[in-house]
This record gives sequence, C-alpha cells and structure tokens, in this order.
Amino acid sequence: MENFETDSARAKRFAAIVLPHLNAAYNLARWLVKSDRDAEDIVQDAYLRAYKFFDGFRGEDGRPWLLAIVRNASFQWLTDQRASKGHESFDEELHSEESEDSAINHGRSETNPASILERRDDAQQINEALLKLPTEFREALVLRDLEYLSYKEIAIVAGIPIGTVMSRLARGRKLMAASLQRMKPESHDGL
Amino acid sequence: MDCKQARELLSAQLDAEIGVSESTTVETHLQSCLECQAEFAEQSTVRGRLKGQATYFSAPAHLQSRIKAALPRLIAPERASTRWTWNWLQLAPSLAGVLALAWGLNVTLNQPSKDDVVAQDVIASHVRSLISNRVTDVASSDQHAVKPWFSGKLDYAPAVRDLSAQDFPLIGGRLDYVGGRPVAALIYRHRQHLIAVYEWPAHEKQKIEPKALSRQGYHVVTWSDGAMARWAVSDLDPQELMALVEMLRAP
Repeated sequence: MENFETDSARAKRFAAIVLPHLNAAYNLARWLVKSDRDAEDIVQDAYLRAYKFFDGFRGEDGRPWLLAIVRNASFQWLTDQRASKGHESFDEELHSEESEDSAINHGRSETNPASILERRDDAQQINEALLKLPTEFREALVLRDLEYLSYKEIAIVAGIPIGTVMSRLARGRKLMAASLQRMKPESHDGL
Repeated sequence: MDCKQARELLSAQLDAEIGVSESTTVETHLQSCLECQAEFAEQSTVRGRLKGQATYFSAPAHLQSRIKAALPRLIAPERASTRWTWNWLQLAPSLAGVLALAWGLNVTLNQPSKDDVVAQDVIASHVRSLISNRVTDVASSDQHAVKPWFSGKLDYAPAVRDLSAQDFPLIGGRLDYVGGRPVAALIYRHRQHLIAVYEWPAHEKQKIEPKALSRQGYHVVTWSDGAMARWAVSDLDPQELMALVEMLRAP
C-alpha cells in the first residue's frame, strides 16, 4: 500500500459524491431490467465497478457518471438475458406482468381511502405504458421525467448525441400517448 | 417553420431545452397550427403524468447495507452523526427484511413506542398531503413570506430556513394536525423528492440527537434542541435526509 492515506481520502470522496445517488441508480436499473432482484445485483456491481474506477473520475457531480455505469450494466444484463434465452427478443410480456404487480404494490403502502383507487389506476396505466416502451425510449424518459437530468446529462449517461436524446424523448412520449390512448376504457370521462 | 420541423422540437420546447430564438419560432408556429397544438398538449400530458404518477423505485434499505458491506473501507470512522447510521446498517444482514430492521431500530432506541406513534402520524400526514395534492398552504421559496403566514395560526413561530444554495429549496409551509395538536410543516425539495419538516414545542426540555426510523419506504429523522421537537420525513435517501437535518441544526 503505497498510498494508504489517499485510499481513505478517496473513500470519503466516494461516500460524498457517489453513494448519495443510490436511489437514482436503483430506479434506473429497476425500470430497465424490470426486476427487483436483478436491479439490486446490477446496482451493487455497478457500485463496486464505480469504486474501482473512481480514480478516473474528476468531476463534482457523480450522478451522471454513476448512472452511465448502471445503464451500461443494465443493457449488458439485458443482452446476456436475451442470449441465454436464445430468443430473438426479450420476453417483455412475461416480465412486465411481474413488475407491474410490484409497481402497484409500491403504491399500496399508502394507507388511505377510495380516492386512491382511481389514483392507482392512473399510476398503473402510466407504469404499464412505460414498461411497454422499447428500452431506449424508456431509458430516456426515466432519466428525464423521473430523474430530472438535463439533455446533456442524458447524452452522457446513454452515450448518444444530444440530438438523439431529443428525438428519443419526443418519440417516447408519442408512443406513451398512443399506448395510454389504447388503455382508455370507453366510459372514461377524461379529467 | 413547417409542422415537421416544429414537431421535432415540441418535446424539447416542453423541457425548456432549446434556444430562445428556436423557442420563439416554435411558439409562433403553435399559435397558427391547431394540429401541432394538439400534439404539444398530448406530449405535455404524458410528461406531466410520468412526473406525477410513474412509480419511483427507491433503493431498498438492505441494498445500501449490502453495498456498504462490499466496500468495507468506506466504513472508516467519520463524523459522529453518521457513525451510528452505519452501525444499524450493519445489523441489517442479520435481520430479515425491512420490517425486522424497523423492529431492530426500535430496540436500540430509547423511547420506541412514543416515537413510533408520532412517526406513524408524521408519515401519514406527509403521505396524505402528497395524495391529496395539498402539499403547501402557503407556497413560497421566501422564508420571510412563509414564516409570518403561521403567526395567528400557531402559538409558536417555526424556524424557516433558506437552503436553496445547498440544493434544498424551500417550497412552502402547511398547517397540519399531528399528535393531537396543530403543527407547522415546512416543505423543502431536493431534486424530485419533497421533504416535510414538522415542528412543535418539545415536551421534554432536553436536547435529543437525531434518530432515524424507516417505515413503509419513508425515512424519518427526529431531534430536539430542548425547545422545539422536529421531525423530518421523506422518501429521500436516508443519507441525504440526514444531510438536510444537519443543515437545519446548524446555527
């Protein structure tokens, strides 16, 4: 150990810059891979990897940097998953069913009356529509509308040009709107 | 600008991510084109619903302890205020699940039952405000507008802080009812998370160091300066919540 003190300083810097973004990391992974357990594993691995490569990070804001690692790990996981299944495409339906349930359960801990039911329906629809989106669009929307990242930060996380960020968000929102429209029951009287 | 060009920019217009001159051009086009207006409204609705209704998956408590355990050098002794946090996190693997963790906390804390009841009250109040969309009665980021609003409504003046420079901007205040009395709730925001800080005159006139509890995915920290008891509740990461508590405690 030639630089023991540096290690401890580094650990402190990591604790201050990277650790606070655990929720953002988990939220992104969870939306990408659609499973609690896999998201946990991915985030844990991503943190270990982040710590390993932390020397190379010189910025102030650890969030986009960490999210880029989480994002790449999640896409890698999806690729491996596809390969091991030998399918041409990942079985979205099977997985979305399971995760829809837990997405709904997430809201269920709110201990309250009937008005929640309607709210839950709304939340359920939006979750469902988001889960059905192709991963690239889902990723862009989660980063923008749930994590409040700027286009520039999304470009860093997803490794794409800003113009692509813009078109993915536009297309993603349009697909969401169409999907929500299809879910609307005949009797639904809008707002 | 034609419709095709405008539509490419609608989403960015919503996000305020285009330049001033482009934005003006889009605006002008929108005023004269009903179809693009409809498209704009549709995108705006989707965006609003995503922000307001899509599930935000917060990391489960045991994940943090797993990561801490995997990064042992990070558990080097630091400030006293954070040390106990790691102590209870280290307990986590030996206990099954979040509920067990919560029980474990109760045992290690001195006044479990009373704090527990208040914690439930405070969380319920916070959740109600989120569900009913009545987060603030007085919405202002100006502490000098929020503080006077409570006078005449309470028999004490709550502490209102301006922490916008620390990325915890004040959103406003709300009058609520907790533990059988009207209380002040100050609302702060950190990224997309809201934090409610409840405050009322302390029963016991002794200083109480911050204590953390977790319930139903919400994190609660309570402390007292001997005069006022305070309860902070949020779905924010426990560490960030504790950081806010430290700022509020700073003179």
